[in-house]
Amino acid sequence: MTDGSHATDGQPRCRINDSDVALEADEPLLFTLRNRLGLTAVRFGCGLEQCGACMVLIDGEARHSCALPASALDGRTVVTPEAIAGDPIGAALLSAFELEQAGQCGYCLAGIMMSAFALLTREINPSRARIIEVLDGHLCRCGAHIPILRAVERAAGMLGKPGA
Amino acid sequence: MSGPSLPRSLQDTPQLGRWISFAAPGKVQVRTGKVELGQGILVALAQIVAEELEVALERVEVLPADTLLSPNEGFTAGSQSIEVSGAALRLVAAQSRRALLRVAATRSGHRPEEISCHDGLLRVDGTDIGLDFWTLAPEVDWTETIDIRTTVRPSRDYRIAGTSARRGDVLQRLTAGGFIHDMAFDGMRHARIVRQPFRLARLASIDRERFARRHPKVAILQKVDFLAFVGADEYCVHAAHDEAEAFVEWTPDPGRKSAANAPAAVRTEVRKVQTGHPATNSAIRARYSRGYIAHGSIGPSCALAHFVDDRLTVWSHSQGVFALRDQIAACLGLHPSNVRVIHVPGAGCYGHNGADDAALDAAIVACELKGTPVRVQWSRVDELSRGPLGAAMATEIEAALGSDGSVSAWKLSVVSAPQAQRPGTGGYANLSSAEALDPATAPRQVEDLPELAGGGASRNATALYDFPDHEVSVSLDTRSPIRTSSLRSLGAHLNVFAIECAMDELAVIAGLDPIAFRLRHLKDNRCRAVLNEVAAMSGWRPGDAGGEGHGRGVGVARYKNKGAWLAAVAEVTVDEAVRIERLWLCVDAGRLINPQGARAQIEGGALQSASWTLLESVPVAEGRVLPLNWSNYPILRFSDVPEIETRFIIDENEAPLGAGEAAQGPVSAAIGNAVSHALGMRVRDLPLTRERLTQLLLSDQA
Repeated sequence: MTDGSHATDGQPRCRINDSDVALEADEPLLFTLRNRLGLTAVRFGCGLEQCGACMVLIDGEARHSCALPASALDGRTVVTPEAIAGDPIGAALLSAFELEQAGQCGYCLAGIMMSAFALLTREINPSRARIIEVLDGHLCRCGAHIPILRAVERAAGMLGKPGA
Repeated sequence: MSGPSLPRSLQDTPQLGRWISFAAPGKVQVRTGKVELGQGILVALAQIVAEELEVALERVEVLPADTLLSPNEGFTAGSQSIEVSGAALRLVAAQSRRALLRVAATRSGHRPEEISCHDGLLRVDGTDIGLDFWTLAPEVDWTETIDIRTTVRPSRDYRIAGTSARRGDVLQRLTAGGFIHDMAFDGMRHARIVRQPFRLARLASIDRERFARRHPKVAILQKVDFLAFVGADEYCVHAAHDEAEAFVEWTPDPGRKSAANAPAAVRTEVRKVQTGHPATNSAIRARYSRGYIAHGSIGPSCALAHFVDDRLTVWSHSQGVFALRDQIAACLGLHPSNVRVIHVPGAGCYGHNGADDAALDAAIVACELKGTPVRVQWSRVDELSRGPLGAAMATEIEAALGSDGSVSAWKLSVVSAPQAQRPGTGGYANLSSAEALDPATAPRQVEDLPELAGGGASRNATALYDFPDHEVSVSLDTRSPIRTSSLRSLGAHLNVFAIECAMDELAVIAGLDPIAFRLRHLKDNRCRAVLNEVAAMSGWRPGDAGGEGHGRGVGVARYKNKGAWLAAVAEVTVDEAVRIERLWLCVDAGRLINPQGARAQIEGGALQSASWTLLESVPVAEGRVLPLNWSNYPILRFSDVPEIETRFIIDENEAPLGAGEAAQGPVSAAIGNAVSHALGMRVRDLPLTRERLTQLLLSDQA
């Protein structure tokens, strides 16, 4: 009934983590990702685009998925946290987050990682100020901000090294 | 300090086999009643077990708390997990090792003390004797009782405990599910609860016809004043819940019995030491306050429940699965043995948030939809506004200086909303939907947490300083219509803020540097040490004039007066708003089990406290909490975060102390004192928002 595989003509379609997916037109992307595709690293935090827990990449840009109607995504490419480990930038971020033990409860963290991913895709060696600017829309309640900032810097450092 | 009594957890569950199992080959499975709240406690407990057994840390698996299988260790709260559960598991592991070695000795003909352990393999004189923990385990009598006299490894030999072992759980969940929110069952129904907009509100009307037309895939489930929207499609239910106001009306019912009928305040005298020294001159009389504070979990409260064959299973991120089980059973008329609560990690809760409420919500719906698994998730607004809040409180201090410039008399009185109303506290359910089902369950008499438990409103109300005349009293405002309960550090946050600000105010009158003035009144050597160290770290200059929008302040306390010591110095600039530039923290939490974890708890606690101090107060009007989201309840952001330098004073011979709540009071006080220093005038009411400071400056000029 609501399964993406029962797509009808005119239904928006997009690529999600390298699969072609038909979207429920009247549903925010987050619910499609979590409930129909099982991509549960995308987290519901507020549903109001205020906290950043639901961040995904849309055509390479970090975007909230919690209120974004699927109809807006026709022909776009979506990447979720599940798919980033295979990318050198994603691998560097994951490794750096572990080494810095960035995050405590970790609920905000996948979303933060997606924003950091988008940043490091465009900028090889962002300053601390620039990282703060990019992550400022993300809320972390555990107070893990400093290890998170260090982790993003560390990932950038890893990527900057030849052969990394 | 610690007597030879068995840790509380072991008194309640003395049987060895209830705590540990070697049944899975190559694994050591540990049952603890403590739960992971994002604080990294499970890895620290695993380190303690691995250390005593001398096995690789990876072999130790700490199983989730489960009322059917785990020992009851009460709530995971009050920074007690390392101190109590850690001490229990140390004995459990040490005694298991001893029992295993006894069997090995019988089997091999060697004496137990000749046998050494190497990651579960046993050796004599460096040679494997062909035995390991897992082959020996079936021969051990696991019913034996845990003995306080069991020898544990001396801390100087530690190789695993005391290292910054990494947590794997957070990384795993970065690219996958793993939170309670991510659980799903076939045939599951999603539910959203339409919460009472104020305490004991009655459902006046539901426009069911219009609702059915607008939300055909969503069913309405009503029981008394409990109202749930239920459906197979989560978004349909979510969308219906978003517009609930358009279909549902509530009304107050003044006839209902509630906390409002309780006596206004219950006053308790906590401490009175009078040596007969009359106060020479009343130096200060000051009142410090904070408002209600939201726990502000980033993930909304969530729970799943399934009622099958007269048995109810609930999955919850509660801090206390056993108390929750008992209260769910009582609310639903079930026998506790027919209710099982299993812990699954949620987002950080920082105390008693909506986790337990959500569990009862799911349980109520599951009992209506027998056989169907149910998942409840709260909305952002409900998470911030409808769960229990951190208590509003005010602390008043009257103090006098003697002719020597030291404090001669000190009188502190606290008035606070209840600080601890967890499921079962005082015999009440203390669950939101329990009141919706039956308003008579609302608590009428609320008492503060006992001193033995560290106190609630009275937590850290007794200053650590030596005052010849020292009076402390606490009044609980039990008429508050706002539901309040434990928020990280409870009353310690404001009490330490008040005490440490008052000490600064007195230092100014005495003409002494704030740190020197404190040291004058401090006999506690470990407290003196953190204070001296933080002064050195921050390059504290006695008599620094401050002002012109730039200031420094200090704060120090020992959490609960029996936990970790922490001294903080904050450096701030104040123009329109307060900006914390730097924080220096010096901590004595005894021996550290996991240094990186302890640092994360301290620095995270410091930043959360900075957020409370600068930004947070839940708006309340006519006894009702206004609906909140992150735009009208802002919290600290990345751009607000100061640089932090933290140093631990470590004596390997000192027992480890919890670190999760040591920073809140001292950091808040350091910020308050720094802001006062910067402005050249006292700030006493939190939060120190731009609006509050502007008001203060204007009233000062008037």
